Formats: sequence, structure tokens, C-alpha cells
Amino acid sequence: MSDSEPTTLYAAREPIFPRRVSGPFRSLKWWIMGVTLGIYYLTPWIRWDRGPNLPDQAVLIDLAGRRFYFFWIEIWPHELYFVAGLLIMAGIGLFLFTSALGRVWCGYACPQTVWTDLFLLVERWIEGDRNARMRLWKSGWTLRKVRLSLTKWMLWLLISIATGGAWVFYYADATTLLRDLIALDAAPVAYFTIMILTGTTFVLGGFMREQVCIYMCPWPRIQAAMMDEETLTVAYREWRGEPRGKGTKRRALAERAAASAQAAGPRIGGRSPRIPMPGIDPAASQADPAGNEPGDCIDCNACVNVCPVGIDIRDGQQLACITCALCIDACDDVMARIGKPRGLIDYLAFSDEKRERAGQPSLSVWRHVLRPRTVAYTTLWSLIGLALLYALFVRPEIDITVAPVRNPQFVVLSDGSIRNAYDVRLRNKHGEDRPFRIQVAGDAAFRLDIEGVDATQVPVPADDTAHQRVYVVASANSDPALADSMGIRFWVEDIVSGERAYQDSVFNGRTGQ
Amino acid sequence: MMESRTDHDPVTGTETTGHNWDGIQELNTPLPRWWLWTFYLTIIWGIGYCIAYPAWPLIDRATAGFLGYSTRAEVEVQIAEVDARNADVAARLASADLATLERDDPAYHYGVAGGAAVFRAHCSQCHGAGAAGALGYPNLLDDDWLWGGTLDAIAATVRHGIRNDTDDDARWSEMPAYGEFLEAEQIAAATEFVLQLSGQAHDAQLAASGATVFAGECASCHMEAGTGDRETGAPDLTDAIWLYGGDREAITESITNSRFGVMPAWGPRLDEVEINAVTLYVHQLGGGE
Repeated sequence: MSDSEPTTLYAAREPIFPRRVSGPFRSLKWWIMGVTLGIYYLTPWIRWDRGPNLPDQAVLIDLAGRRFYFFWIEIWPHELYFVAGLLIMAGIGLFLFTSALGRVWCGYACPQTVWTDLFLLVERWIEGDRNARMRLWKSGWTLRKVRLSLTKWMLWLLISIATGGAWVFYYADATTLLRDLIALDAAPVAYFTIMILTGTTFVLGGFMREQVCIYMCPWPRIQAAMMDEETLTVAYREWRGEPRGKGTKRRALAERAAASAQAAGPRIGGRSPRIPMPGIDPAASQADPAGNEPGDCIDCNACVNVCPVGIDIRDGQQLACITCALCIDACDDVMARIGKPRGLIDYLAFSDEKRERAGQPSLSVWRHVLRPRTVAYTTLWSLIGLALLYALFVRPEIDITVAPVRNPQFVVLSDGSIRNAYDVRLRNKHGEDRPFRIQVAGDAAFRLDIEGVDATQVPVPADDTAHQRVYVVASANSDPALADSMGIRFWVEDIVSGERAYQDSVFNGRTGQ
Repeated sequence: MMESRTDHDPVTGTETTGHNWDGIQELNTPLPRWWLWTFYLTIIWGIGYCIAYPAWPLIDRATAGFLGYSTRAEVEVQIAEVDARNADVAARLASADLATLERDDPAYHYGVAGGAAVFRAHCSQCHGAGAAGALGYPNLLDDDWLWGGTLDAIAATVRHGIRNDTDDDARWSEMPAYGEFLEAEQIAAATEFVLQLSGQAHDAQLAASGATVFAGECASCHMEAGTGDRETGAPDLTDAIWLYGGDREAITESITNSRFGVMPAWGPRLDEVEINAVTLYVHQLGGGE
């Protein structure tokens, strides 16, 4: 099209060497990492006695048997709405947390963040902190570099295998599967799954890292829609930090500011915003009309050096920022050392940033967290949760579903009576075999006839579904036989416990064709 | 005329691509290189896939791919596996006495499930997918059987068929077309009598004279009470089930021109397992005796 093609549309990944940092947010992240990884690796090993015939693993997704066990809860395929409900709750929970606290999920709890953090820990342990790692990166392939890299990759690989390995234990009895895995006797799909998850953990945690967040994950794009100006998120107090500078530059700024302030007369009280904002008269509250007084930021780059995604938070909100808050810890550390108050980088809402510039106090955390929007999310979340809890407690231990046979709709018998057929499923969630009694209601003329069974009792195996063909006959010239169609109710009763359940269906009469 | 290239956007400091439409410039935020490689990799993978697996449609077939894979061959292997796994059950079903086969016997379930497949492939064309039959083709769900509804009777019907020329043991009977040697009034009278037999509205006077016609011409097969005879496949005329319709017009037609329903013999076309299987299936449809 033209000779003005740019030099490149693609760029190699810039390696990032996050520096070690300590502080309250880093400590919180260590705790969360410990808890989440602990839950992930250990959950399959928790035992839960359900009696005979049933697995004793507390959390088990039995795909072959089509059961999902979660402690005392057992979910059958027709109850998958529980899982759907939990997923919806997880989604709304993310909305809630994002609207209140920005991308806390990304920064603290996302598996990508947690495992990358773990891999970085290993990397730092083997190769040293930021500067050492940068030197190693730039150096040629010496024996030492090979040794360190191999050690690091080996440890990463072990973590990855453990990660992929833990996954499969959720789908089969953990102790048996572990024995089978070691004896090379487990199902091929188990090895295959472990291989794939080992590979993804190794690559995503070791090499892709922030590339996953920036280029692969859809969440950063969606979250902007859930944040507003009241959302607390990691931000740089620009009014306080700018103009930044260190060394001679800082000294020069200070001298000029002093001169300028002298010329402008006595300082007007309150906070001293240094960056003019639209709508705020700079002269009203500024100590230094020329804006030369040096800000608190000494441009030490601590915030940049600790950042796991390699950005500069001082550039403002950006898509790459996962709000891990490590820059807060890094900056607070520096502020403490130069004798300035903490919080140059902090959890800060955009509305507070404006208030602070105008010299007003910021709102309390609760004012930010408790907003109509978050209350609405919480209400919705709670309602779904309550509905699921209700459904969980009222769901019966026995169940019946009735599928009327519609080819043909009815059969005329030799004595002129009309017969409808129904495919009935009887579910017995008890851990033992139970006899079920089937009955029909709706019209006195209905007569029940169960295929292959003499009485109206059907034995249903423990924790299983019985399929049963059921016939309902209405004698010739009875109301249901002559009707177009008529409602019919199938009752099922557990003879042992007396529990009852029903399902409604339709009986087709002679004129219904 | 293109605007001259601006290397960097003055506001953001981002490099521009140099594209300029009515003063709107396109910023260049470089995509990561691994993304590009992944894209090329998918192309290479796609090409490899086309070579290895069936891919390109030709006029009468598709390229086979050098791995020689086909879903059809895979299904054949799977069917062979299942057949091998069920070989002993199938053998037992082929030689079983169906009447004494227990309902919880695996051979019984194998037979019912397999019989459903046989039925759909070979029987549903006339008897319907739901076995409800059609005009002239018996409903197999009800409790009325022309030639008997026991397992043995059903098996014999399946094996030899009805009124066909190919099997010497085919069930056979032939109702005369009474239009050739009865007067129209006699036929009308017999029709009224048959309506009376099945409890339908009828002309009592005609029916009374029809009783004589019936006793002379029809009772030999349909029996004096009109209850039919399974030896000759003569339908029960007293019940509510009619193969060719039970109204005055249909009955008159049946008497005048007769009916001649034919079913092929399946013995030569189905093996013993299939015959026993479809017999079990038909027997448990709701009318088995």
C-alpha cells in the first residue's frame, strides 16, 4: 500500500525479573498461596465414610458412575443444576469482588498467579534475586548457568507433575489410583491427563507467565466493565509523587520550588496537590504555582522492579496490571526509609484520588465497598446460594421421572380398553436396595400394570436408577378411554422409609389421535 | 494521497503503523512473537492433518490420508469387539428355550436389546417403528394375535412368514372372496351380523338372517361364536381390534373381496440369534402370551 510499513508488528517477550519484596501484602499472598495450593493438593486425600457400596473419598467426580461426591452431598446427573448454580455464584462472586476491590482474583487467587508465584520462588531460590538473575540471563551458557537452569527446570517439572497428578485424583479413588499410577497400571487417560497438565503448568508457570494474563486471558478485558470510580484498586498517588526525581534533579527541583514559593507568598493550608486537574483552580491550593516542588516519588523504580508483569504502575491503570499489590509493599518500604508517609502507591479509588487532589479527605473503605452495586451483587449471590441450599435440603432420597411412550399414543386392547405405556425411571439414592411401590392417581378407571412384575412393587438397587415399563389401562367407555387426554399422576413410595415422590403425565384416550 | 508517516503518536508516545485515514492514525502495539509462531504452528498442523487423515473431498470419495484412518473401520473394530465380548451370551440365546429363559438372564436382556435393533431394521417398514402396525399390518402391542402370541408361535411366524410362496412351512389360509358366490343381500346381512358380534350398532333384522349366512359360510374358520381360529389365522370378530377396519364399509369390503396379507419368511435372512432376539422383543412389547 505504501512505503510506510513499520519496522515490526511483532515483538519478542521482554524477560521480567521480579525482585523479592516483603510486606503485609506479600505476607497475605504467601498465606493465600499456602491455603489454595494446600486445598488443591490435599483435598483428594480427605476420606469420608458413606457406608458400604459408596466411595469413601470426600471429593470425588465419578464420571464413569455419573456421580459427584462432595462430603455429605451426592449429586446425580439430573441434579447438575447444583453445579450450574455454583458456577453462576462463582461468576457473580467475581463481579462482586471486582466491583469492590478491582482485580483481586487476578492478583491473589488465580491459579496462574499462584503457580507463577511458586515458580518465581523456586527461580529466586536457585538463581538468586533480580540482579543475579539478570546477570545470569545476559551471560553466556557457562557450566554454572547450565547447572542452575537444569536444577530450576527439574524443580519446576516436579511441581508440574504434582499439579497434573493431583488433578486426576479428583476423578478416581486417590489411594488406588496412586498405586496404579506407580505400578504403571492406571488407565491411559490418567497418564495422558497428567502429561497435558504437567506440560501446561510447566510452560504457563515457567515461561508464559504474564503473557497468559496479557494475551490469553479474557478476564482482563471483561473486568473493566465491572469497575467504576468507587472501586478500590492498586494506584499511584500522582498528585503526591510528581514531579518525581532523585539526586541532582531532585535538588534542582527543590531549589526552584523554594524560590517560586517565596515569590508566591505564604502557603495556603491543607493538602498540596501538585498536578493541576481540570476544574480545579491551580492557584487556590497550590503551594508552588510553577509546580516545581519535588514530589514524594524518588524514582527509585522499586515498584517496577518487583512487578511480576513488568509494568510501571505510575503510568496509571492498565490492562496488564493484575493488582498483586507487591508494588505497594515495595514503595511503602522505600517511603519508610526516606521518612515519608506510606501509601504513595496504595489501594485507591479514582473518586478518592480526585478528592485528595481537591484537598478533601478520602472516604472510608466501607463507603467504597458498600455501594448499591456491590449490595446488589451480594443480594443476588445470596439469593442463588439460599435457593441452592433450599433445593439441597428438600431434595428427596427417592425420585421418579415418567416419559410417556408416544409411538403409538395408545393401544386398543381386544376388550376395547385403552392402554398407555410409560417409561419410568426410579431413583434410589439410599446406600441399600429398596422396594418401591408405584401407584397412579387421576381417575378411578386407571389400572396399573407393571411390565414383568406381578405386584406394584419394583426393587431398585442401591444408589442406582431402575428403568421400568409401566402400562396404564382404562376400561372401554370409561372417562379416560373416551377423553382426548387426561392428567395422570405417578406416585412412587419407598416402602422401607415411607418417602414419597410423584410426577405428572398425560393419559391419551381414544379421541386423542 | 497518503499523509506522510508519523513515527510516534504524540499523545501516548506509541509507535504508529503509518496508516492514516482522514487524520486517524493506527497505533502499533506489537503482538508477541510467540503468538505468531503459534499461528504458523497451527497452519503446519493443519497441513499435516490434511495429509495424515481423510480430508479433501473428491468427486466420488475423499483423500484417504496416509494413516489409513476411517471412522467406519473404527466402528467395525468396535462392533467386532462387542460381538466377541457377547459371543457366549449370543450362543446361549441361539440355542435357548425362550419360554424358560429367566428375565434376569443376561441372554434375555441381550435378546430384547438386540431384537429392538433387528425389528427396526427388518420389521418396522410394515409394523411401524413403535410396532403399532397400520391398516393391514397387525399391531404387535395389543393382546390380540392372529396366529398366536406365545414365544413359540411368534418365532414360527418370524421364521416362516405368512402366505408367502418361498417357505413351505409358511402359515397359510385363504378367505374366499364371497362377492363371487354370495348375493349382495347375503353379504349385507352377514355384515350386520358381524357388527352385532362385535357389539356395534347394527340392523337387528338383517343380522338375524346374516346369522344363517355366517353359520354356513364363515363359522368353519371364524368359529360359531365368531371368536376366530388361530390354526387358520382367522381373526376374532367379537373383539375391538380390526386389522382392516371394523366399520360397515370395511367389513363389507373384507367379505366381498377377501383379504390376503403376506409376510415374508425371515428364516433365510436372519440367523438364529436374530430370530430369537426379535421374538423376545416382540413378545415383551405388551401383548405377549
